[in-house]
This record gives sequence, structure tokens and C-alpha cells, in this order.
Amino acid sequence: MTDHAPAGTTRPPPPSPADAPRSGSGSRPGQGVYLYAVTPGEAPYADEPHGGLPGGTRGDLRGVGGGAVRPIARGGLVACVSDVPLDQFGEEPLRRHLEDLDWVEGVARAHHAVVETLAAAEPTAPVRLVTVYTGDDQVRNLLDRRHDDFAEILARVAGRREWGVKAYLRRETARPAATPSEERSAPSPARAPAEPEGGGPGAAYLRRRKESLRGREDLWRAAAERAEELHAALGRLAVASRRHRPQDPRLSGRSESMLLNGAYLVDPAREEEFAAVVAAHSDRFLDAEITGPWAPYSFTMIDLGSDRDGGVR
Amino acid sequence: MTDPRSRPVLRESYAPPSAMPRESTNLGDILERVLDRGIVIAGDIRVNLLDIELLTIKLRLVIASVDTAREIGIDWWERDPWLSGKDRELVEENRRLRERLNAVEERLLAWEDRVELEPGESRYERPGDQADAASAGTPSGPGTHSGPGTRRAPGTAAGAARRPARPRDTERDRD
Repeated sequence: MTDHAPAGTTRPPPPSPADAPRSGSGSRPGQGVYLYAVTPGEAPYADEPHGGLPGGTRGDLRGVGGGAVRPIARGGLVACVSDVPLDQFGEEPLRRHLEDLDWVEGVARAHHAVVETLAAAEPTAPVRLVTVYTGDDQVRNLLDRRHDDFAEILARVAGRREWGVKAYLRRETARPAATPSEERSAPSPARAPAEPEGGGPGAAYLRRRKESLRGREDLWRAAAERAEELHAALGRLAVASRRHRPQDPRLSGRSESMLLNGAYLVDPAREEEFAAVVAAHSDRFLDAEITGPWAPYSFTMIDLGSDRDGGVR
Repeated sequence: MTDPRSRPVLRESYAPPSAMPRESTNLGDILERVLDRGIVIAGDIRVNLLDIELLTIKLRLVIASVDTAREIGIDWWERDPWLSGKDRELVEENRRLRERLNAVEERLLAWEDRVELEPGESRYERPGDQADAASAGTPSGPGTHSGPGTRRAPGTAAGAARRPARPRDTERDRD
């Protein structure tokens, strides 16, 4: 896939004059090339070491481990990368590090910060965490081979932003609905004999428990329906929408059940309307919240498949 | 998970975009995105790397060339029993045991329901007091005559205590 490089693009580039030692073979012992995202753009000018990165980010954008983010340009695309030490990002050390959530958090936040900064300035196609290459040549190669895929993805997300919407079962409602009979009858056992089935404390307990479960189920069902409506309404406003698996409480940080974990690619002109729909669906059943704007992570989900045939040609 | 706090409310988060990295952004949201979305450029090494303790999210590590990776000694995935599937049997056994556990729990709940709805069915009737007999009628012997407080134990308290000890849901990632 080498036919995509426009004539004006420097094919045998001095891609990164500030980093002359790297530009020869494209790899340095002990160093990996960490890829954050692909954006549209041209090769940098020689007097601008970090030119080619989206506007406003030149020179001072730091990535994972504090490494300077630099562009690798090819055929109208720019891969935004930084160097990482393989003693951390080689597979054996990486495997150990990935079990260390603090380490993962540091890398994830650094990765996300770079992507977010890029996305604020340009159409951006984020790449999954810890996508590491062994040299610049491999990255150029990737841009050559996958040019059309990247171009298509970038065209889809250009000028739009991703918003997340999470809707939870509203807890304030859940509690009274789930336990009223318990609260009522516990302090006044006199009510128990009035129940149709009668019975002793054991039967009464079972009955209360069953009622409580039934109340919770009804509430859940109503809230789930509201969540469906919300997703459908947002989907009509958005250019594209995706529904992700509801987050586990450990991930969401909230103990309430998540009923909707949606992502929506929205044109700027409709963002106000979008927010209004979310607000309108926050009611006694649902607690709906917006997150974002995000880089279009959810709309660049694509598996570009194996690179086996394309390693170093 | 050092930042478990929830996102701000609607209006607050619906703010003008900012190029500033926001450290306060929920870590779960970030991890969900950077690990699970975006472009997957799978190199030759396509590894379902691990189950992060709290997040049960798979990572795929991508290195451009498997040959280069081998040259620098990166080949652990070929030896790892988790990845090469040698512990399938354990996982399978784990799954079977969990299914049985669920079945037992369901039967217990169903049984409670029946006791409540059809008190007359109890075989442990005491003359003149059907309902009381029903509520106390536990066929399993010990604890038969204890009150509801004790009967709650097998269904809820014990279940809650058991849960944290369960092995992680590694099987979920294999689906």
C-alpha cells in the first residue's frame, strides 16, 4: 500500500531532525516506540522538530514516562509516538507491570492525556494502550499499509466529539420502594395477624422479603425501560452510537447498578439538545450523567488485524 | 483504582472542551476506553494478556514484528500456561462448581417461596398452628425449630461471606 503518499510528501524523510540518531535504521537498542494515535497531517518542517503534531501541542507534549511526543509522518497521516524503554515496555517487564494497577493507571492517564490533547485540536484515531513498535520504520510501514483504514476512520470522526452517558438505577428511589413493609411492620408486630395468610414471625418475614424483592424488580424494570428510551433518543440525535457493557461498581466507583453505558458521536450543533435529552431522562428511576467530551475512542474501534505480512519488508 | 469518585453531575461535566488533561477524570472511564476501545493494531503477537485484578479487562500487547520480539527475548506467551490453555481444565471445573452452587442457591430460594405460598404443604405441622409450622419447617434437620433469623443465614449471610473468596472471573474473558 505505497501508492497513497502524495507527491509532495517526503518519502525518504528526515522525519525527526531533532532525533537524528534514530532516523537511520529507525530503531535503537533498548528503546521502543509507543504509538498513541494517528492524526491527519504532513511531514514536519526541518526547523520544527515537533511540527506536524496538531496545533498548540508543539514541543511540550509529554507522554508515557515523560517522553516527548513526536510525529512520524507518512502519506498525509501522522503517527504520534514517544520513546519508551524496553526494560519497562518489553513483554516480560510489561507483563509484570500490567498486574500493578498503579503502574497501569500512570500509563493509562498519560496515554489518555496525549490522546485528549491531540483530539482537542484535530481529528484523532486513538490506538489501544501499550501499542509498542520496535522502531520508527515499523510505524511508517504501518501508515503505508493501513493508510486507507486510518483515512476512513479519521473522516468519520472529523469535527465530532464523543460523549459518554451513564445511567444508574436511582438509589433514593430504590431504598424506600424496597423496604416499606419491613419498616412498617417491624416496629408494630400487631399488623402481622391482619395479613391474609396470617402466620407467625417466620412466615411474616418471608412475606416481607418477597414483597421487597418484587418491589425491587418492578423498579428495576421501569428504570431499565427508561434507560432504553434514553439510549434510543440519544441515538436519534447522534451521528453514531454504541452501547457498552455496563460497568461493574468497582469500575464505576458507584454502588448503584448501571443500566446504560452509552457512547455517542455528536455533531457540535446538536450538543445542547443532546445534553437536554439526558437531563430530561434523569428522573426518579434513573440517574443519568454525561461524561466527556472524549476523543472518539468508541468510534474508532476497529481491529486492523494481523501485521504479520507487513513487519519489516 | 485510586480515584473511585464518581463523575460530577450533568451540568458540571458538560463544560466547554479543554485541552488540559483532567486528572480528576474517573479512572474507570479512562481504562475502559484506552484498554477496550480505539484502534486495535494487532501485530503478530496477539496476546490476551491478563486479567487485571480489579478490572478484568484484557490487554493486547502489540509489537510490530514477532521476529524482532524473539530476538530481544520476548516470547513468554509461548510458555505461559494461562495463555497456552493448559489450565483449561481448572477453569472448566471452576465453572461447573459455580453452576452447581447457583443451582443450590436457586433451589433454596424456590423452597422458601413455596413455604410461604403453600403453608399447608409442610410436613412438619404442629397441631392447630399451620402457619407457624410452615415458617419453621426446615427439612434439613438442624435448625429446624429456630426462628427466621437463623434461616436467613444459608441464603444471604453465608452467601455474602462466600462471594469474596470466589476465584476471579477468568472464564468471562474466555467467552
